Amino acid sequence: MIELKSVNKVYDDGFQALKNINLTFDEGKINVLIGPSGCGKTTTMKLLNRLVDHTDGTILVEGKDIQEMNPIQLRRQMGYVIQSIGLFPHMTIYDNVATVPKLLRWNKSKIDETVHRLLNLVNLEPETFKKRYPSELSGGQQQRIGVIRALAAEPDIILMDEPFSALDPISREQLQDELTHLQAEINKTIVFVTHDMDEAIKIADQIILMKDGEVVQKGSPHELLTEPKNDFVKEFIGTERLQKAETLPLVREMMNQDFVSTYVSESIDEALNKLINHNLTQLPVINNKQYAGFVTIKDLLKGSEETVSNVINTDQKTLKPSDEASQAMRLLKEQELNEVTVLTDQNEIAGVVNYKDISEALQNYYEKQQGVV
Amino acid sequence: MEFITELLSYMAENKENLLQYTFDHILMVIYGIGMAIAVGVPLGILAARYEKIAPFILSTVNVIQIIPSLAMLAILMIYFGLGFTTAVIGLFFYSLLPIVRNTYVGVKEVSPNLLEAGKGLGMTGLQVLRKVQLPLSIPFFMAGLRVASVIAVGVACIAPYIGADGLGREIVSGISLRSEIKIYAGAIPAALLAIFADTILGFMERRTKKRIV
Ligand SMILES: Nc1ncnc2c1ncn2[C@@H]1O[C@H](COP(=O)(O)OP(=O)(O)OP(=O)(O)O)[C@@H](O)[C@H]1O
Ligand SMILES: [Mg+2]
Repeated sequence: MIELKSVNKVYDDGFQALKNINLTFDEGKINVLIGPSGCGKTTTMKLLNRLVDHTDGTILVEGKDIQEMNPIQLRRQMGYVIQSIGLFPHMTIYDNVATVPKLLRWNKSKIDETVHRLLNLVNLEPETFKKRYPSELSGGQQQRIGVIRALAAEPDIILMDEPFSALDPISREQLQDELTHLQAEINKTIVFVTHDMDEAIKIADQIILMKDGEVVQKGSPHELLTEPKNDFVKEFIGTERLQKAETLPLVREMMNQDFVSTYVSESIDEALNKLINHNLTQLPVINNKQYAGFVTIKDLLKGSEETVSNVINTDQKTLKPSDEASQAMRLLKEQELNEVTVLTDQNEIAGVVNYKDISEALQNYYEKQQGVV
Repeated sequence: MEFITELLSYMAENKENLLQYTFDHILMVIYGIGMAIAVGVPLGILAARYEKIAPFILSTVNVIQIIPSLAMLAILMIYFGLGFTTAVIGLFFYSLLPIVRNTYVGVKEVSPNLLEAGKGLGMTGLQVLRKVQLPLSIPFFMAGLRVASVIAVGVACIAPYIGADGLGREIVSGISLRSEIKIYAGAIPAALLAIFADTILGFMERRTKKRIV
């Protein structure tokens, strides 16, 4: 995890490139910096590996102030894809990819294995390409090498400055997919700079939109698309994307917050009463404010037990408020239940969703859409 | 025509002497340039890494180059006496400028992107120098070496004035005896040497450049 707290950057010539930046880049997330040329994306990125030092504020990496870390060590644990690719023209592709492993003195066989695996990862045949020089590769191929060079030493943090800008749309999509898959597997903290809003929306967990050295808005792609903060954000995203993003309502908007629940020490009879009075077939169970599972009418009717805690089910999948309607429908169908529980990040029950809630929300949505058209 | 046959028979008769002179000539040049590399490359690197001392280093080697060669050898003779060593020191001074300057330019010329890539990947300053800047400056260095060699082969021809050997012996004695044949017998091999050095080093320069540009 990386945290920037009230960070400012004034270059030697007096130009203030960054103004009071506060950001958190979470582990396992792809954080995309986007904004017009010159807004400070590259500068922000270079602060992280100390190619540029910030003028004030604090930057913490895994809780440690980078100002107190050895910059060389810091950089070796962060992969870096520079904006201009920057492959070393006098080194073969093999040596380029092996740059950091060699600095770290890995043994030969481990380096061989890594270079092969990475070349395969970006669809470049190792035997063909490893002996070539950068000038013997196309622009797009060079860019792939630039990316895997940053991945070679398995850093926890990867900084990528417009890494896919020179690729044709197909390879670009491929690499974007590759990056999101990779991310799901290896849980790195990725900071990614781009000019391309579609790319940002596709890969980002968090988008940070900047302008003139300031953060204008940050949030999930969905948040930016559905709640753009001001005209600049709207303009930057573009009306077409905003319209397309009029997505189906989120679980947050359709869930029933006024739900009935039971708790672990409640007696079976009480719980059954609740079910019958409210005409329900299942109840979420609370233990010490936390979600503990659920009980169904069938379990309760088995009879022999004393309290809810004896018949509790814990295998139900739950939703987050930010999930989409489709996810809610999928879970209802998959689990053959009438109701799915929605949990907050703190594992407290935020609400429940049933088919009726979903169909009402969808109905509202379509009526509104038709009104608009 | 007659002159050429005469020259050739002279050269054939004095084959052993001429070979010895050529050998001495080459040796003198190699020593001089070897010393210039040993001193000039570090100076060039220093100048490239420390902008503050660059003007000082570069203007010093420039000034040395401006001193006329005969005057330089004469001055050196005052301090080092007659002989081979003095000639080598002279050649060393003459080769210094192209080597220092080209090393300096070669190291400076490396694209800032590559420096940033090296640094960003976690190389120390010395590693950037060793793994990125120096390898990329080799074509420039080779060009400097080529210029230095051609100059040194030429300057070495006046070495006999300060008591050293080399092809200049033949030329100098040709001058005092007014023997055209002797002059040519010294000058032609010297010119061939210069052309040879230029060609070989030019070829190597192009080879080193191939990948990098
Ligand atoms: N070394 C420097 N000295 C002074 N100003 C600088 C320096 N480097 C960058 N700047 C300025 O800081 C601002 C932000 O630059 P930065 O490179 O971070 O922009 P960017 O958002 O990455 O732009 P782009 O999308 O064009 O890559 C620019 O106005 C730039 O001119
Ligand atoms: Mg940039």
